Amino acid sequence: MKTAISASGLHKSFGRTHALDGLDLEVEAGEVHGFLGPNGAGKSTTIRVLLGLLRADAGAVQLLGKDPWHDAVDLHRHIAYVPGDVTLWRNLSGGEVIDLYGRLRGGLDAARRAELLDRFELDPTKKGRTYSKGNRQKVALVAAFSSDVELLILDEPTSGLDPLMEEVFRECVAEERDRGRTVLLSSHILSEVEALCDRVSIIRKGARVESGSLAQLRHLTRTSVTAELAEPVNGLSELPGVHNLDVQDRRVKLQVDSDHLDGVLRRLTQSGVRSLISTPPTLEELFLRHYQDDAARAGEGAVAR
Amino acid sequence: MTAVADARVPARTRGSSKDLAGTGTLLRLALRRDRIMMPVWVLCLGLTASSTVGRLKGAYDTPEARSDLVADMNGNGSTRALFGAAFDDSLGALTVWRVGAFLSVFAAIMSLLIVIRHTREEEETGRQEALSACMVGRRAGLTSALLAVGIANAAVTVLIAGSLAGQGGTGALALGLAVGLSGMAFGGLAAVAAQLTENARLARGLTSAAVGVAFVLRMAGDAAEDGSRGSGHVLVWLSPLGWAEYARPFADERWWPLLLIAVLAAASTALAYSLAGRRDVGASFYATRPGPPAAGPSLNGVFGLGWRLHRGALLGWSAGFVFAGLIFGAISDGADDFLGDSDQTREIIQRMGGAQGLNDAFLASMVGILGTILTVYTASAVLRLRSEETDQRAEPLLSNAVSRLRWAGSHLVIAYLGPVVVLAIGGLALGVGYGVAADDMGGVPRAVGATLAQAPALWVVTSAAVFLVGVVPKYTSAAWAVVGWVVALGWMGPALKVSQSVMNTSPFSHLPKLPGDDVTAAPFLWSLLLSVVLTAGGLVGLRRRDIGG
Repeated sequence: MKTAISASGLHKSFGRTHALDGLDLEVEAGEVHGFLGPNGAGKSTTIRVLLGLLRADAGAVQLLGKDPWHDAVDLHRHIAYVPGDVTLWRNLSGGEVIDLYGRLRGGLDAARRAELLDRFELDPTKKGRTYSKGNRQKVALVAAFSSDVELLILDEPTSGLDPLMEEVFRECVAEERDRGRTVLLSSHILSEVEALCDRVSIIRKGARVESGSLAQLRHLTRTSVTAELAEPVNGLSELPGVHNLDVQDRRVKLQVDSDHLDGVLRRLTQSGVRSLISTPPTLEELFLRHYQDDAARAGEGAVAR
Repeated sequence: MTAVADARVPARTRGSSKDLAGTGTLLRLALRRDRIMMPVWVLCLGLTASSTVGRLKGAYDTPEARSDLVADMNGNGSTRALFGAAFDDSLGALTVWRVGAFLSVFAAIMSLLIVIRHTREEEETGRQEALSACMVGRRAGLTSALLAVGIANAAVTVLIAGSLAGQGGTGALALGLAVGLSGMAFGGLAAVAAQLTENARLARGLTSAAVGVAFVLRMAGDAAEDGSRGSGHVLVWLSPLGWAEYARPFADERWWPLLLIAVLAAASTALAYSLAGRRDVGASFYATRPGPPAAGPSLNGVFGLGWRLHRGALLGWSAGFVFAGLIFGAISDGADDFLGDSDQTREIIQRMGGAQGLNDAFLASMVGILGTILTVYTASAVLRLRSEETDQRAEPLLSNAVSRLRWAGSHLVIAYLGPVVVLAIGGLALGVGYGVAADDMGGVPRAVGATLAQAPALWVVTSAAVFLVGVVPKYTSAAWAVVGWVVALGWMGPALKVSQSVMNTSPFSHLPKLPGDDVTAAPFLWSLLLSVVLTAGGLVGLRRRDIGG
């Protein structure tokens, strides 16, 4: 498979702040790649480096086989970008901005533009600030989805959209994937990433801490098990990989590392299982695991809220 | 029952003290945000006043020299237009004659910038919304902005009065008050403009245009009548800047014209208050009209976009230059008629306008004024490049197939050629105004040529701004310091006998004084070379640096 984006060892500092600290990122052509991280982890900085707006202090980066800093213009013909914070010109209507972006990318599919305006329920005659945040985002999304490009870079594109529109957005991303386009989706809405992405990269403090398919990542973490048993069970706590064990008479709640699930189930069935709920790890748990030391440090503040 | 009854009463009560809740906090916020800009403005105004006394003392050291100067300057409409009328020959009165108008205009500009920055700009960026959601009253934003500008103008008043107190306490106080109150009047007008339009840029433009009109009215009135005798000319009485002049600081002060300025300040403030209470946060009285659902053929790329973004300002400046050019031209006629044989007057005018026929020298002085004022336009056009960047509109644009140079070019082509268009229009108006007054249209091509010849010097300022944007983007506002320096030197340098080496720091000093002077290629070529070098440096910097706030 071709690589759409490859970055290795990216460093970028602004004064004393190290925004990127040896970041790696690989995105295969044709996949929807989730780019996860908490606020300030360096997602937007990475994207700006990928777009050639910032120059990395160190490290190598290629998009579609080209250097984003030196070949910016040629490369951008094949890229559509939706910023997290869309600002429009006050005296230009949304329709004008969509067409302008299309012309600057080398083409716009007029039929798709009309269809997307309809689906996103966007009025193209409004101007600049008379759009709400969500509608400004729609302007950028319609422009991106109706452009003829190979790679879409979307930076938290749904932060202002309502649930209905978020659904439209998901459909659009799926359609782009079906057409063989590559999507880099930066987000911290985990359900969105779970629903859309083939693979994810999780970054923290300017470096990647995890990358792989959702299945691979789930493998690294724990399954929650709740069971009602025919008779009391002993020795669960001695089993490897068991955490947060809570036994109340015949009711058992626990979390188990995914590769030790088998042993736990075997022990439970010995006691006669009346009912069993097993929940695979959510992305949220995965996410939290990587940030729990940050969370612990911020503990007091979080409790106060 | 009471609760039910209350619920039916409209929630918005008029003039409630709650309207001002949070004013103190917002004022501290405004002062904190302006902690550099405001003291710099105030100090520059104060220093201008105090340094002028010293320079005048050095330049005209005997009472005879001063009274000759006053007699010559007042004896002629063109000199009065150019320099204002002198009301007395004391050092204090001469200071007022030379920098009084300048101080009032700059206090007005400082005030309009401060007021709009803390009112409409806050609303336009959406910051006011977040603030208004706190315990902040409906009129607190406007009140804190006016208080901030009141503090600035009070400081200006005290500084000017203090630094000129040596020339006579009463006169110093009158000048200080005239300048400070002018600031407040235009601050009040800016507050009204901020209520009328949703666009901070437009609000600044409208108020600046009001300052320009007031200035030109005063100038035309001074040309028509010597205000130091008699009751003054009606055009001057129509201008708030004229009221400041007719307060006659250091020359048998009249206090009631100052009262007129105070009334204007109070009335405009009251109007702004009443408008502010009647509209929604972030809105204006004119709803934005819907635009076309699709882009027309003219919006064909970044250059089409650049034209859309800049055409309003170009139109406004062109209209202003037609107005100013016609009036300047009309009052340039007749300079030869009255001027005495005084060498020093001749010398001042020739330093400003060149050593040829006096009509030409006056026209050349007007041309010089038009040229230096246009540095404001060209700098603001260049800085649009930077504001597009900090407002995050450049980023998505540059993530399309648009090179940085092309994007920069879409703004810079207007920053370089826009002033040329305005110069040509201004020159035409100047020539026609002069032609109508002198009944001789033959001078029109010369006037157009003379104004157009200002372009190379203007471009030096343009390219200095480009250099700043490209190489030190954090300090682009230094471009305004360049503009302020060039305008101040052009306006005050000649009469203050500022040394030629200092005058030479302005690119306009190197150009021949047209019409009239001999034209040599060298100064034009040097200006062009400097422009090319600075622009190239700026563009190289822009290509190499990071894009973003």
